[in-house]
Amino acid sequence: MALLRVDQLKVYYPVRSGLLRRTVDYVKAVDGLSFELQHGETYGLVGESGCGKTTAGRTMIGLIRATAGEIHLEGDRIDRLSGRALSRYRRDVQMIFQDPYSSLNPRKRVLDIIAEPLRNFERLSPQEERRKVRDFVERVGLHPDSVYKYPHEFSGGQRQRIGIARALTLNPKLIIADEPVSSLDVSVQAQVLNFMKDIQREFRLTYLLISHDLGIIRHMCDRIGIMYRGRLVEEGTRDDIFEQPQHIYARRLVAAIPNPNPRQRDAQRERRLQVEREYEQLREQSFDREGKPHPLKRLTESHSAALL
Amino acid sequence: MGQAVLQIEGLRVSFRIRGNYYSAVDGVSLAVHRNEVLAIVGESGCGKSALALSVMGLHDPVKTRLEGSVLFEGADLLALDRRELNRFRGRKIGMIFQDPQSALNPLMTAGRQIGEALDYHTTLSAAQKKRRTLELLRMVGIEEAEAVGGRYPHELSGGLRQRVMIAIAIACEPALMIADEPTTALDVTIQAQIMDLLKELQRQTGAGIMLITHDMGVVAEMADRVAVMYGGELVETADATTLFERPLHPYTRSLLKSIPSLQAPDERLHVIRGMVPPLHLMPTSGCRFQSRIDWIPVSAHEERPQLREVEPGHWVRCTCYREFALAGNDSS
Amino acid sequence: MWTFVLRRIAIMIPQLLLLSVLIFILAKMMPGDALTGQLASHPQMDARTLAEIREKLGLNDPFYVQYARWIGGLLHGDLGLSYIHQQPVTTLLGERIGNTVLLSACTLLFTYLLAVPLGIASGRWTDSWADKLIVGYSYVSFATPLFIFAVVMLFVFGFELGWFPTGGSVDIQVAKGSFGYYANKLHHLLLPSLSGALISTVGIIQYLRSEIVETKLKDFVKTARAKGIPETHIYWRHILRNSIIPIAAFLGYEITGLIGGSVFLESIFSYPGIGQLFLQSITQRDYSVVTALVMISGVAALLGTLLSDIILSLVDPRIRIERQ
Repeated sequence: MALLRVDQLKVYYPVRSGLLRRTVDYVKAVDGLSFELQHGETYGLVGESGCGKTTAGRTMIGLIRATAGEIHLEGDRIDRLSGRALSRYRRDVQMIFQDPYSSLNPRKRVLDIIAEPLRNFERLSPQEERRKVRDFVERVGLHPDSVYKYPHEFSGGQRQRIGIARALTLNPKLIIADEPVSSLDVSVQAQVLNFMKDIQREFRLTYLLISHDLGIIRHMCDRIGIMYRGRLVEEGTRDDIFEQPQHIYARRLVAAIPNPNPRQRDAQRERRLQVEREYEQLREQSFDREGKPHPLKRLTESHSAALL
Repeated sequence: MGQAVLQIEGLRVSFRIRGNYYSAVDGVSLAVHRNEVLAIVGESGCGKSALALSVMGLHDPVKTRLEGSVLFEGADLLALDRRELNRFRGRKIGMIFQDPQSALNPLMTAGRQIGEALDYHTTLSAAQKKRRTLELLRMVGIEEAEAVGGRYPHELSGGLRQRVMIAIAIACEPALMIADEPTTALDVTIQAQIMDLLKELQRQTGAGIMLITHDMGVVAEMADRVAVMYGGELVETADATTLFERPLHPYTRSLLKSIPSLQAPDERLHVIRGMVPPLHLMPTSGCRFQSRIDWIPVSAHEERPQLREVEPGHWVRCTCYREFALAGNDSS
Repeated sequence: MWTFVLRRIAIMIPQLLLLSVLIFILAKMMPGDALTGQLASHPQMDARTLAEIREKLGLNDPFYVQYARWIGGLLHGDLGLSYIHQQPVTTLLGERIGNTVLLSACTLLFTYLLAVPLGIASGRWTDSWADKLIVGYSYVSFATPLFIFAVVMLFVFGFELGWFPTGGSVDIQVAKGSFGYYANKLHHLLLPSLSGALISTVGIIQYLRSEIVETKLKDFVKTARAKGIPETHIYWRHILRNSIIPIAAFLGYEITGLIGGSVFLESIFSYPGIGQLFLQSITQRDYSVVTALVMISGVAALLGTLLSDIILSLVDPRIRIERQ
């Protein structure tokens, strides 16, 4: 059974107008998104700004209410949960945020930041709590005594690790990471990405990694879904997506990745322009009347694309 | 290589922090030539942005001290007052900023902001300026020039805004363009378009481009030559192919190994030990990078390493790079 | 745009209705009524006559009937009768409302005339001696209550130096309509409005200063410098226009503040406006006047905020009131 199953998820925001503020239209941020996450894998949700990936992530964690569709965690439907079941879900799914500078409360000590989820869900004595927090801080590679410091005393990479430690305290099954390293320098990025891989093994985590950076997605993910205007336009393993993208939008995205070899610069540029021309030609037939991707069609066991 | 349009000699940019001056750029010398893209690469705090801003005279005049010289068309830009500087800024030197959202005035239409550059540097009539504005918009790949010119920045997409920024920069056909992270705020497909556009404009005008970036992918796609900065100094310069194929300075090598898209998937990324020290804690003697590598004995470092030309056009500020290359294993 | 204005006005109706109920209830809850106030001046009145008059005036009706009568009159522009002055409230206000509008407009004018140049100077040359002086002034006047400051102004420039009249809105002897009449009126206006402006300008100076200081650091100012625009033009075209927007929007809200300020100013300078009347009416329990005045200032405040929103949408293209 899949760990997480998202089925025809829709998140619409009303657009109001006129004298009586009637809803005249909807912004369809997520419009029929479906995918499954298997235990222990890293699934990458990638797309350009405005494609709905962040809204999708926030809906899955329960920060935004779904307009329609279903979300199942280990077979239990969770988008309609309440009470105890919801609280279990909130322990099982944790989030790592993009900006380690604004996602940690500057007035709280690291101890209080990391202990917050524990205090919400578990009754521990202060001694137990402190022991547990120090343990987690050490496991994310910081000195145990740093629990008495404040966020501003840490670098960006260290802060992101504090955020991760907080997410780990309740022993979650799934971690949703929305652009976890995009505000960090490359060398610090490397630190955090390596670290995420280490704890994945150690805590047997499943990741949903949301990012616009195809380099990071390729490095981290087993399977990838490319989002465009609220839906998946293509889904497959890393090799499917990067070696054999099928939908023109996916091909265009992959072709836009800078080639790290300056010698192939001209060839790369030629290829990019070629794909761009194809994109202009195929644009109409590649999307439906609303300009959104067609339903996904299965191409191989692992690979599907929104082709007619 | 064409003739040099910009020649920076021994530039030192120091900021005043609680009464003391600390150098964000410490003795940088480099040249940008016609038809050339010189990329200045490094992580935040390496001094690349301070370098770009001081060339344009955009630093805070009260808290900043500039030393050295920045020669452009025979004039030392550092010695000029603001009025004299304005003969060059916007006219002979154009600048493109990272975030086109905040770099455009929200209360002026795109066309007006392009026209403004023409107001001060040309004697065109109103009608000619209008025509030139539309022409510029088309040059940066905007088909509906008339419509876009009449819109306000918030009515444009990120890609269009950056195109408008570029139109402003090239309005007076500058000999030099300074692009400070021009693609960082953009989506990957737009990023590719903007890179292609800059290259195309350069082909047409022959302008030299100084590209400030942290993104090695952009460097690989665009740069002819690369200058790597660390701790306010140049640590390595070479042509792009050489730099990617034979990086010599430990910092350059570490940096390249830490980038996910340059590694095989699943391969462990290289992590540089520690972090870039803040300005006031930057070591002033010895190799500035030495505390962040541990595979070279400290004794192997020079007291004050100089940039040395190790092969034609390839300069490295490191004495131990040979041992380093021999050691082969540079994981930490 | 017009849809927006219409909708805003439509929203104002329930707001005003709520206000009117509140005012009515408060007025009724206050001890005594209009007649209690009159007792002081007519001590010979006995309890029976009093009860008769009460009955005649409808003061014994259930209060929803009284409210309905009052609101019905209000809709017809009938604000009731002042028991003290023995004339319709509308007539009573008619004379004074013009004076108050004049005083408020004058105060507003002086406020902005002072605030804009001072705020600009202070924001442009931060940490200069001029800036320090301006900031010092704003601290002092921030700490000074308007009514004390106004009394000092009146004492020094009115009584001691005798430069300005110490009361009234115009001298009786000058002929209405002549040039002298208007000059005289202006002469009466100057001291109260300047006193008001010197105090109320502080908020705007501080606001403008911090806006400018903030705008100076914006990226688009860097772009403008990179274009090679002279510094003076950068200030006018880029920094100032962007900093002045919130100030322009302030204008509408300022109107609300002025109504409150006019109570002090008019009372201290014996200036015959609605502010002075308001204070008098409260002390004399002339409720029909008090309720009418509170209603009027309520309407003015709501219109002021509407004005602010409209100004904002006109000067800032990012705020577009939907066009259809």
